[in-house]
Amino acid sequence: MVDVQFRFRDDEAVNDPAVTVDAFSEQSNATAVRIEPGEDARALLPYLDRIALVEVNFPAWTDGRGYSAARILREAGYAGELRGVGDLVIDMLHHMRRCGFDAFAPDKALNTTDAKNAFERWDNVYQATAIDGRQAIWAKRHPA
Amino acid sequence: MYKYDEYDQQMVDVRVEEFRDQVRRRVSGELTEDQFKPLRLQNGLYLQLHAYMLRVAVPYGTLSGAQMHLLGDIADKYDRGYGHFTTRQNIQYNWIKLEETPDILAELAKVEMHAIQTSGNCIRNISSDQFAGAAADEIIDPRPYAELLRQWSSFHPEFLVLPRKFKICVIASETDRAAMRLHDIGIKMVRNDAGEIGAQFYAGGGMGRTPMIAPLIREFVPLDQLITFSEACLRVYNRYGRRDNKYKARIKILVHELGRDEYVRQVEEEFAHLLTQPIEPPLAELERIKAHFVDPAFETGLSNDLDLTDPDFRLWVERNTTAHKVPGYVIATISLKPVGGIPGDASADQIRLMAKLGTEYSFDELRVTHAQNIVLPHVKKADLYTVWQALDEAGLATANLDTVGDIIACPGLDYCSLANARSIPVAQKISERFGSAQKQAEIGELKLKISGCINACGHHHAGHIGILGVDKKGLENYQLLFGGSEGADTSLAKIIGPGFTEDGVVDAIEKATQVYLANKQGEERFLDTYRRIGMDPFKEAIYG
Repeated sequence: MVDVQFRFRDDEAVNDPAVTVDAFSEQSNATAVRIEPGEDARALLPYLDRIALVEVNFPAWTDGRGYSAARILREAGYAGELRGVGDLVIDMLHHMRRCGFDAFAPDKALNTTDAKNAFERWDNVYQATAIDGRQAIWAKRHPA
Repeated sequence: MYKYDEYDQQMVDVRVEEFRDQVRRRVSGELTEDQFKPLRLQNGLYLQLHAYMLRVAVPYGTLSGAQMHLLGDIADKYDRGYGHFTTRQNIQYNWIKLEETPDILAELAKVEMHAIQTSGNCIRNISSDQFAGAAADEIIDPRPYAELLRQWSSFHPEFLVLPRKFKICVIASETDRAAMRLHDIGIKMVRNDAGEIGAQFYAGGGMGRTPMIAPLIREFVPLDQLITFSEACLRVYNRYGRRDNKYKARIKILVHELGRDEYVRQVEEEFAHLLTQPIEPPLAELERIKAHFVDPAFETGLSNDLDLTDPDFRLWVERNTTAHKVPGYVIATISLKPVGGIPGDASADQIRLMAKLGTEYSFDELRVTHAQNIVLPHVKKADLYTVWQALDEAGLATANLDTVGDIIACPGLDYCSLANARSIPVAQKISERFGSAQKQAEIGELKLKISGCINACGHHHAGHIGILGVDKKGLENYQLLFGGSEGADTSLAKIIGPGFTEDGVVDAIEKATQVYLANKQGEERFLDTYRRIGMDPFKEAIYG
């Protein structure tokens, strides 16, 4: 199990071992699940109320399917921990936050100063993702 | 044209600092080249055969005089005194030092320019009709929609590492001047029966190894759903586009393998879901952008007369100008294809001269075309002779638009690490063989396109005549294709037979033009004659 290096939640970290998406649907007591690239995040939607942790695995950060998986879960109302694991890089941390990730467990620990800069670099964003609570530039231009 | 507000400016400024930090981490060794590569690519920085190459975005091909001027200065200061305009309406510099790139980007940011997402597996620079806002045949200026999409696609957190690169094109005329259906997503702005403007979506077109013409996927997307629908198209692609083989990773393969109908079904399902999410900018934002694209202060009541007594000027006017929507004005295309030259290249001095002419005679606007030429979109006819004289003096008045001399060519093996064969010397030889203005005028419109490998950056599939450079047992060999087109009548060119040497391919093209001239009926172009009589007469002349 890889350590969580960055976490943006106040609740207790979930330490239950995450099971696969396939195993999860058959294990009614599991609370943690791990999505691999290519697995359909929507398969978890019927069970969101009993999930406390979803790990999204990035065998390579350049495989972008995990970013869609994260947004789909958040758009469906998932409020538990959403943890990126695997080949995470400094330069994607901000974008991962925007897709709904709130915990980060990289294979190799990242430089904390660089990571802090990356998380804080962008004061503004062009898109609304509807899930990260950030106002898009267009919303700032046209306050309701 | 569009002007940045404080937010846009801050976005490019922050991006410069982010990239500076990435270069610092690379130079210090904190990042390996393998780790750095996808990051630098997201910012248009390639490592080519001899040096780094930096591709600078020209959103939908529109530039101000000050922007164009700076592009010339950058060519002098950081490159070898020239720049290369590309088929995606961008400019690239071939002799760049890694350590200097953050400074180049900082200079670009001062004139509201950047290199964001000009390469990498992300949404690239949005391309458009080079005559937008000036063409007599457009229903509306397509650029505000392209700008809306530019902002949406810049640093989109979900779509930065797609299966492969993703190119979007927006047009708004029946005449397609931007090869719209050869894009990953092609958008045509249309008016529906109720008189409302909306977007017609095509998806899954492209060139490369497997050329495909994009099928229509939706007749009409209302303007207040444009971003949401785009997001649905991208999400289905990001989730299901192939990632096991980079040559099968473009959206065209997904659309082809799923079938158009199944792709549409999935997009519509995702679209219905995304409509429940508050992600669409308000129409007020589109209106704000549109206000930047209002017509310049055209004079009214101008004469349409033009003194054509100078025969060289006359030839250039006939070949290189296009009707403007306002009487007394004309659209002038500056050919970057001088006889024997490198297609798309311009010297720093030439770039600055074009900038000056754009500022003084075209309401401070210039355009880059996908055929690697530059457009002065709004020239008063009364000024045209003065403009032409200045161009002529700078070697920029070649009268060959859309003729056999107006060749599209990729950089080829002279620069590119992917190429199998050189493109530039072939283009130069063809341009010299057909150098005489009389010969070019006789042959008329003939779009010739050269790629140095099957990735098709030179658009050979869409050429009336296409040339594909291949490697044949260590020797450069050139295949010849006929019958492609990128217009409203988009078609893909077909290989005519065995390949040729560099000189052989030039001879074969000359024979083909002879067959055309011998068989031409009425006003037929080369392409029309070819479509009517078929490939056989050409093959017979070339191989017989």
